[in-house]
Amino acid sequence: MERQVTLPLTEALARSLRAGDRVLVTGTIYTSRDAGHKRMCETLAKGEPLPFDPRDATIYYVGPTPAKPGQVIGSAGPTTSGRMDAYAPTLMSVGARGMIGKGARLPEVVDAMKKYGGVYFGAVGGAGALLARCIKKCELVAYGDLGAEALRKLYVEDMPLVVVIDSEGRNLYEEGRAAYLKERDA
Amino acid sequence: MREIEAAQITEVVERLCVEANEHLPEDVKCAIRDCRAREDGTIAQGVLDDIIENFEIADRECVPVCQDTGMACIFLEIGQDVHITGGDLTEAVDEGVRRGYERGYLRKSVVKDPVRRGNTGDNTPAMLYTEIVPGEQIRITAGPKGFGSENMSAIRMFKPSAGLQGIKDFILETVEAAGPNPCPPMVVGVGIGGTFDKAALLAKKALMRPLDSSHEDPFYAELEEEMLEKINRLGIGPQGFGGRTTAIGLNIETLPTHIAGMPCAINISCHVTRHKTEVI
Repeated sequence: MERQVTLPLTEALARSLRAGDRVLVTGTIYTSRDAGHKRMCETLAKGEPLPFDPRDATIYYVGPTPAKPGQVIGSAGPTTSGRMDAYAPTLMSVGARGMIGKGARLPEVVDAMKKYGGVYFGAVGGAGALLARCIKKCELVAYGDLGAEALRKLYVEDMPLVVVIDSEGRNLYEEGRAAYLKERDA
Repeated sequence: MREIEAAQITEVVERLCVEANEHLPEDVKCAIRDCRAREDGTIAQGVLDDIIENFEIADRECVPVCQDTGMACIFLEIGQDVHITGGDLTEAVDEGVRRGYERGYLRKSVVKDPVRRGNTGDNTPAMLYTEIVPGEQIRITAGPKGFGSENMSAIRMFKPSAGLQGIKDFILETVEAAGPNPCPPMVVGVGIGGTFDKAALLAKKALMRPLDSSHEDPFYAELEEEMLEKINRLGIGPQGFGGRTTAIGLNIETLPTHIAGMPCAINISCHVTRHKTEVI
């Protein structure tokens, strides 16, 4: 049922994914949320480079709980993506292509996804203990002062995700609901 | 008159913060399992299976169910014949939160200023709600509240002429606007009556009530059932991917109100609706 997706998310790979696809993602991703996004965009506005190479990168909107002794990371489910809408098009303009989160996105983000070949993946919100199991490595890259909001590099294996919005702008939140209602009321 | 040491309150708050974050209440687990049994779409079933597996892992391994371990909402019902000794009550509660969030490896999600931000580093202050009740006990409830869902909450000061229909429409409108953002399936807490602030408090208290309980007034008990059914006809579904299960529960709490008003607050929560209570 699920399609295996190995990162980095090249443009060709990104454009081959369709809203509604269930995927198992393996590879390197970066964590960032509210304060980290603000800082990254301030860095770019000053003409300075980001603390990681954004080309074909995938960003996971997550602020994990602290790792217990022996754990790679604590619970690590997605946060609401809409709060990153103000920053996502800027990050896509420098090459970042994948976003993992939950919840609706603004049309500006979808427009940028169409333009640059971006993909918005949904992870199950509130399933932080389950998702943490796919995270095999975790290292701090920058912004350590932000605590849970720091920029981290993760290596994930078979992370179960659903393509919510694809590079053509198709949206599972709209299509999935419409399909369910159509079938129910048929 | 019974004396209770502030340190004892700290100990209980510490324990409740950890346990509430690691173990979902049985009524919430039951509601999720019931909804899974009734769901038919493949993606919707898959999401609910993941949600069930997730709380089972959290139970077994004693890890937080969700990484948003919330603001620590602490409800104290203090018997009027209790005398708290050996320290300041608010500080005792904050110390319990501080210790619980450290010991339980819970996320520190509180900023010290709403506009200028800056993490407090220990998840304090608690959001403390105190109530004086008869008796000589203290009933302590910890309800860690995540903000993905909190952000989708709403309040409206209705004219009485809006009537029951106004409230029904407002509930559906709020859930519709929340859509996929609050990690559906959600729990909906509705507070009707009182004043502006009391309505919001009622809505939060409604989230602390077990999902298998009903409002004591049959009029509101029926409204709870009707609105849950209507919400689940919206088709938003688990995570917003489409399906039957948009909410696993809806509780209403009410108070008398002014002749000129009909306040209604809706506090949205997610499938990780956590609360744990202890009486000392």
